Amino acid sequence: MEFYRLTAHELVELLDSGRVQGDELLLQLKERIDTVDPEVKAYVRPGSPVEVQPALAEKSTHTPLKGIPISIKDNICTEGVLTECCSRILEGFKPPYDATVIRKLREAGALILTRKTNMDEFAFGSSTENSCFGATSNPWDLRRVPGGSSGGSAASVAADEAIAALGSDTGGSIRQPASFCGVVGLKPTYGRVSRYGLIAFASSLDQIGPLTKDVRDCALIMQTIAGFDPKDSTSVDIPVPDYCASLEAGINGLTIGIPRQYFVKGIDPQVKSVVEEAIAELKSLGAVCKEVSLPHTEFAVPVYYIIATAEASSNLARFDGVQYGLRAPLKNTQNSPMIDMYKSTRGAGFGEEAKRRILLGTFSLSHGYYDAYYLRALKVRTLIKQDFDAAFKECDCIVTPTSPTAAFGIGEKMEDPLQMYLSDIYTISANLSGIPALSVPCGFTKEGLPVGMQLMAKPFAEETLFRCAYAYEQATVWHKSKPSLGAS
Amino acid sequence: MEYEIVVGLEVHVQLNTRTKAFCGCSTDFGSAPNSQVCPVCLGLPGALPVLNRTALEYAIKVGLALNCRIQEFTKFDRKHYYYPDLPKNYQISQYDLPVAKKGFLNIEIDGAIKPIGITRVHLEEDAGKLIHKEGVSLVDFNRTGIPLLEIVSEPDIRSPLEAYAYLSTLKSVIEYLEVSDCDMEKGSLRCDANISVRPKGETKLGVKTELKNMNSFKGVKDALEYEGIRQQALLQQNEKIVQETRLWDLRAGKTIAMRTKEEAKDYRYFPDPDLPPFIISAERINELKAALPELPEAKKDRLVSDYGISRYDAGVLVADKRGAFFAEECLKAYPEKDKKPMVNWLIGPLLSEANARNIGIADLSIPGGTQELVKLVSLVAEGKISHLSAKSVLADSLSGGVPATRIIEEKNLIQISDSAALEAAADEAIKENEKSAQDFRQGKTGALMFLVGQVMRKTGGRANPKVAQEILKRRLSNER
Repeated sequence: MEFYRLTAHELVELLDSGRVQGDELLLQLKERIDTVDPEVKAYVRPGSPVEVQPALAEKSTHTPLKGIPISIKDNICTEGVLTECCSRILEGFKPPYDATVIRKLREAGALILTRKTNMDEFAFGSSTENSCFGATSNPWDLRRVPGGSSGGSAASVAADEAIAALGSDTGGSIRQPASFCGVVGLKPTYGRVSRYGLIAFASSLDQIGPLTKDVRDCALIMQTIAGFDPKDSTSVDIPVPDYCASLEAGINGLTIGIPRQYFVKGIDPQVKSVVEEAIAELKSLGAVCKEVSLPHTEFAVPVYYIIATAEASSNLARFDGVQYGLRAPLKNTQNSPMIDMYKSTRGAGFGEEAKRRILLGTFSLSHGYYDAYYLRALKVRTLIKQDFDAAFKECDCIVTPTSPTAAFGIGEKMEDPLQMYLSDIYTISANLSGIPALSVPCGFTKEGLPVGMQLMAKPFAEETLFRCAYAYEQATVWHKSKPSLGAS
Repeated sequence: MEYEIVVGLEVHVQLNTRTKAFCGCSTDFGSAPNSQVCPVCLGLPGALPVLNRTALEYAIKVGLALNCRIQEFTKFDRKHYYYPDLPKNYQISQYDLPVAKKGFLNIEIDGAIKPIGITRVHLEEDAGKLIHKEGVSLVDFNRTGIPLLEIVSEPDIRSPLEAYAYLSTLKSVIEYLEVSDCDMEKGSLRCDANISVRPKGETKLGVKTELKNMNSFKGVKDALEYEGIRQQALLQQNEKIVQETRLWDLRAGKTIAMRTKEEAKDYRYFPDPDLPPFIISAERINELKAALPELPEAKKDRLVSDYGISRYDAGVLVADKRGAFFAEECLKAYPEKDKKPMVNWLIGPLLSEANARNIGIADLSIPGGTQELVKLVSLVAEGKISHLSAKSVLADSLSGGVPATRIIEEKNLIQISDSAALEAAADEAIKENEKSAQDFRQGKTGALMFLVGQVMRKTGGRANPKVAQEILKRRLSNER
């Protein structure tokens, strides 16, 4: 039997009852990676072996993820294991500590894969093409992108190269690749999951979240990684509910809001009709649908690119060649050796998109421009958040497409950053307003590409998302479809 | 034309919290390089700051002691600049909402009290230290992240002496709060100065220079002295003053241009998204206010009114907190109503003994405790022991670890002031030195001193010379 094709909750039972041996599962998974990863390239550092960071299970008696191999995005710190954000500037960086989420997973018995998953450099992108290790392919069509920036994590789960994965989401970086790859992906409420150990892109927007084969796995992993962390001042001290307990509660009577601004121009007609069918299914499951308005939606992308780049320019200032990562050889210009070190290291270490965003962010924080750009963007961000506050007075859950299109071709949008930025148009608002949002597979285009439905709820209402997504998933077959890979 | 200097001071004070401002690393001074570091203070990718609440409360205390308004809503901002001792290439600091602002500190010069405005007090993290040697530069991050208070004064200071008084008073206030060692040599207190010169009577500020690299209060005073004269000379020659940063060169005794303001950096301040704003409740502020210790100025006023000592003496006593407590303990224990003898001993012999050991008077550890000191001073005041021998008793007591009263007893130093006891000795002296007695009778007053000396000799030096003199005079005149 191909154990690597199973979900985490299935494997936990099988491992526990001894019907599956941990060694056997790991061996199978490594073989699977060896077979399909040369095509998918979900993992970084091609050719290097996949090992696991051992569980820290002996420290706790509660091990809900015992023996489950999980793949990790290259921007989440793992002690002693290369973590490079798919950037040359972090070449050779092995963090001396585990991110809080990694520690929690290890304490829950999970096995952390040591080869990290591919991503856009520093999570700057929506296609996983901006990586110093090269692009990842979409398991459903190798000529297409897996989405991004957590494209490697999404592809690893879709291609059965990991049982589940962690990604990070700053403007859609978990949900959009989940949608493109036909898996479940959750961006938790801002503050629900500790960011300690996540190499920051935009600190006020970043959240770590799971990418999984089904909704129950998503709830299971969230159960482990969520919660207050005294090491992260932005994490929130609210008890974590039992996510799995309410999964099967159904959605009879749940009010679902459909924002009219999300179904207008720019959306692919096939995506639109697939999501509309999904909404019809939710109705048949007892949900009450009503139209809601999010009037400031059109400002989300510009506001996001000001705030996210401003924070990124500051967060990336530390990569200077002094303590860790790349130190490029001096160019012996007329500058002082110190300035020379900064310039040559940062010049050689950052890719095009990283440089573009650092410049954008530096500009909008500069003296004389701050009020017009950064401060104004913060104000509009508040308006966007207020849109959601108002909408959630009328509904429990908002449903939209996750992305306006299905997976696009590799190279298709690389020359046009603006088109690339627009592929996050439906996901960005959840980061700006801090609310939780989940993408669940809801069908396929005629070309056989997965389409994702996005569910959003009010802060800390992840339970509602799981309940709704689970009801939909169990009523449909989409999550059972697998890409045909490595079929000899 | 007469000129005046206008000075504002920017003081950085390292807070003596046990751990750093945003992580749990120790703040101990003098450990091996890079031994007190963690992912947070090293600015490693993924690490996040968590505010040390004690540092924030210390900052509030200083704000309150400096009569500032405390912000109930405060936040931290990132200040960006590239330097290898700054691991994140930004410093967590405070920009537009400092912990405290709009206060004042009273300084006193020759009995005149002058308030110096405090613009703001804010909390930030310290940077590391660069060590340059043999063509390489090394970084020590032990200091990185130690909480630092920046205290900015208004340009209210008008002389180098006022600057000196401001710094000493500020240091003493902070020491009373016990939130910093204020040791300029260890770098736990640093001071930069902004100075400009203008014709007296002019209300507009002149072009200022910023002075750095002073490593003592005297250095600040000297640098301001020099810079004031330099600027005044330029103005008198109708030359322009360049707005620039200048370094104080201690050895050359002058300031040297470092960089002009044109190269001034854009720090791109913005709110640190890793640290949500802090709300400090009015209740907490009131609690901290109520818990403030008595500060030097109040203590000085009280010593004057409670013990009837002079403002000058009180000023000397309160400068050092532990010394002030020690002094008050002595004043309280001293039984006489007139406290002058006790004060004179505190700021006289005791202070010089302490200075000789490079410690404060509270650290002298007097054998037998303050009671012994009080007894010693009382004996002097009562005329039971001479001032001179009391001073040597104190010195012996401190060096030998023996209580003063035991030394007095052992050396039999109590003066004999009892007339009856001295009369016999006086009669004997007169009898044995008839010639001198005769001289005195004939008006040679100098002869009396010889006879007093004889009485002293007969009593082993213990006779109270005043009493002996009285008796001799009386005897010799009664004979007539």
